[in-house]
Amino acid sequence: MSALPAGLSPSAAPASGPAAADGRAPAPLVDLTDVAKYFDVSAPWLNRVLERQGRRLLHAVDGVTFQIHAGETLALVGESGCGKSTIARLIVGLYAPTRGMIRFDGQDTSILRAAAGRTLRRRLQMIFQDPYASLNPRWTVGDIVAEPIRAHELIQDKAAVLDRAGELLSHVGLAAADREKYPHQFSGGQRQRISIARALASNPEFLVCDEPTSALDVSVQAQVLNLMKDLQRELKLTYLFISHNLAVVHHIADRVGVMYLGRIVELADKRTIFGAPQHPYTRMLLDAVPDLNMTGKSRTPVAGEVPNPLNPPSGCTFHPRCPHANERCKTEIPLLKQAPAGGEVACHAIEERRI
Amino acid sequence: MAQTTPGGAPLLEVRNLKVEFPTRRGTLVAVDDVSFAIAPGEVLGVVGESGAGKSLTGAAIIGLLEPPGRIAAGQVLLEGARIDNLPPEAMRKIRGRKIGAIFQDPLTSLNPLYSVGRQLIETMQTHLDISAGAAKQRAIELLQSTGIQAAQQRIEHYPHQFSGGMRQRVVIALALAAEPKLIIADEPTTALDVSIQAQIIALLKKLCREHRTAVMLVTHDMGVIAETADRVAVMYAGRIVEIGPVADVIHRPEHPYTVGLMGSIPSLVTETERLAQIDGAMPRLNAIPAGCAFNPRCTRVFERCRSERPNLIPVNTTQAACWLHAR
Amino acid sequence: MASVRILGRFQDAWDSDVAHSFRNSPITIVAAIALAICLIAAGFAPWLAPHNPFDLKTLNLLDALTPPAWIQGGKAMFPLGTDDQGRDLLSAIMFGSRVSLVVGLVSVFFAMLIGVSLGLLAGYAGGKTEAFIMRVADVQLSFPAILIALLISGVARAAFPGEAQDQLAIVVLVIAISLANWVQYARTVRGSTLVEKNKEYVQAARVIGIHPVAIMFKHVLPNALGPVLVLATINIATAIITEATLSFLGVGVPPTEPSLGTLIRVGNDFMFSGEWWVTVFPGSALVVMVLSVNLLGDWLRDALNPKLR
Repeated sequence: MSALPAGLSPSAAPASGPAAADGRAPAPLVDLTDVAKYFDVSAPWLNRVLERQGRRLLHAVDGVTFQIHAGETLALVGESGCGKSTIARLIVGLYAPTRGMIRFDGQDTSILRAAAGRTLRRRLQMIFQDPYASLNPRWTVGDIVAEPIRAHELIQDKAAVLDRAGELLSHVGLAAADREKYPHQFSGGQRQRISIARALASNPEFLVCDEPTSALDVSVQAQVLNLMKDLQRELKLTYLFISHNLAVVHHIADRVGVMYLGRIVELADKRTIFGAPQHPYTRMLLDAVPDLNMTGKSRTPVAGEVPNPLNPPSGCTFHPRCPHANERCKTEIPLLKQAPAGGEVACHAIEERRI
Repeated sequence: MAQTTPGGAPLLEVRNLKVEFPTRRGTLVAVDDVSFAIAPGEVLGVVGESGAGKSLTGAAIIGLLEPPGRIAAGQVLLEGARIDNLPPEAMRKIRGRKIGAIFQDPLTSLNPLYSVGRQLIETMQTHLDISAGAAKQRAIELLQSTGIQAAQQRIEHYPHQFSGGMRQRVVIALALAAEPKLIIADEPTTALDVSIQAQIIALLKKLCREHRTAVMLVTHDMGVIAETADRVAVMYAGRIVEIGPVADVIHRPEHPYTVGLMGSIPSLVTETERLAQIDGAMPRLNAIPAGCAFNPRCTRVFERCRSERPNLIPVNTTQAACWLHAR
Repeated sequence: MASVRILGRFQDAWDSDVAHSFRNSPITIVAAIALAICLIAAGFAPWLAPHNPFDLKTLNLLDALTPPAWIQGGKAMFPLGTDDQGRDLLSAIMFGSRVSLVVGLVSVFFAMLIGVSLGLLAGYAGGKTEAFIMRVADVQLSFPAILIALLISGVARAAFPGEAQDQLAIVVLVIAISLANWVQYARTVRGSTLVEKNKEYVQAARVIGIHPVAIMFKHVLPNALGPVLVLATINIATAIITEATLSFLGVGVPPTEPSLGTLIRVGNDFMFSGEWWVTVFPGSALVVMVLSVNLLGDWLRDALNPKLR
């Protein structure tokens, strides 16, 4: 599993960083332009009329622009309600964006929800968070893994489909004979491997991973993270990795986007985010992670909680918790701009060089 | 072990605790021969993966094991007196008065139908000899000390009017209301966001130091343990495999499982291409291997591990249940 | 090889939690035995029954209202006595249970078919489709089942000529009971569909590109069906009672082909003239049948509920 095919030198593997390093930027694999998703959470019509309320829209994602290049891992981090999982579902077409454009390899992904999107569908897959809910309990593991093969008619011969399912299972560290078993016979970590095998069954180029290890124990998490890294190297996969765990993101990502209340507040390569974080929220998040080396010492925790996304603060949504906020922050929404220390940051204080 | 506890007589002592679940396919032993002690004012972290028996150990101590689970052997002593064999009514008096509890989901500890003030005041009046007016005053002070703004007004509010982090603060206030000597906190920060987690941990630490309350902190998060605990017990398949001062266990683990566990935690500082991984998974309760339960996953396994079950053996500053350390 | 696998399946079924809870519940075992006797007696009535109550040639009016065999005046050939036309009650009950069971099973089957389809559609499609189906269900639910059944059989009676009526009686009865009962299934299935369709395995199927109709039938339906089976079991009892009630009220099956309800109605006239057996035995048979089905349904509900395990 972990061994690279003989003769494949590390230099032949795709560059782990953004491919733009040589100065001439190739077209990104995934390209989001000003994407927004609003959910209508209004009361039923009759209640609205009686209680004289307007419609209530939840701005889950509010104007997000970023690119993912072939072969890299982009991670999105943030606390609950920041919209990171919504972005995952927008990209794979489970939701339709309210505004903006999502392109995969130059194609508009709105066709994913139509029949014409079938060929595109095969090329991007998703791994879900809950290993107990993401496999149909009444299907055998073999049928679960074979589902994408059958759906896309990748292999016609019935026996060959099952062989391929067995091959995929052994690829993710399970036995081919596990095809006959049902999901409940496996532990959480093994189920997540089955999920990965299913996602790989249609030979995709791009995997959206929505908190794939947050339901797992640390030792099992390490197994799954190692497996994902091995597969990426071997199959030249591109990952969008969604997580709330900064240490996991530090381990797996090449670039990191930090989200807060539906917007990206900082987007930079891993070293910048973890070595020289710029946005006050990024700094706060990093400071909040309990550190194994800090035994017994206490830190000054940051004040406040994430506001209700139904009623977000004006201007920069982080301003009520930000030590650097001024009048401008309370009224004007900061845009994501090139930052002095590298990467992009959405912060007035940094733009004005106040911090 | 109790003898080695710093600071004199232990507040809580658990001796050879065994928790069983009788099922029709045989009896499952979920906690097996677990012994430890907590000194007054000490924070003992209990860490382990899901199914290791850490939460059940906590539940057994406060007498909240869900049937058919039962204490099959061993003793639990609070201030030198046995509490594991008390009738339910006597145990209820001890819960709240002497042992407070904080659970992962704050909503399970709060009654949605009563205001938080009423719950705080009732808890105090049940366990302490205190007038209604004084109880209310103390409730407001407690809420203030947990960092809840405008406690005077918030005391009239109901649990659903608080956010997740604020609810956990109310639960901490409730656990401390009757000034117990010991708090059992079962995954108190797991359901919270990272930034809130840090706040709650800091609060728990501050309040327990002020009140000189001992804490048994059950969690799967080594980072939380590192920041909070004085000593840590690592559990695997129902047993304590290593116990010792937190810095020693984290930086110089002696049991191969602890070594693997520490290596599998991704770091914020150092970059590694691959994480150290322990292959396989923790055995199910009905298939715990003979000898050392960790032996099928252990890289340093030898003959004795497969046949004989190791007990805790002193190694340097910690104790590890591993034959590698036997003379 | 294949036989080993079948044996293994059987072993799995025997070891399963459901089988275990069955073995450990004496009441359920008694109910299952009682129901099995009812089913065998009804199913094999033409071969098992001592007489054929529909064969007019064998009826003798002199045997009318013979008391049960153990009472003075009773005859051994009529163990439970006879009715006013000299029909053997035991045989009549056996043949009558046939009608009751057929009506119960078939009407539950149709109610399930309508309810599950509409519930699945409502839950999966959502929006206006769901609103429409569920409002119809709400309206339907505001009429008592008996009233709907009475209405339908009343209309059918008016619409068809007298001769066809008797032949159509059972069909009308089945339609009436099915229409009165589908709402429960629709609501149950819609509820579990709403839960299942938001689970990640359904989202995974959508990401793979499975057609929505295929997702509905291959993924959602099998997982939403558990509660329906419990409901169906309990509803068989309800349907049998509804049939008996309608027959008792005279809008059910005709007396020439009596169901248990018809027998009870006929016997009711003799209740106070001393010939109690004419109504008490068919009544008891009905109670045993319904009670055992209900007990089995209750057990199934508990056995399939993971929270009670």
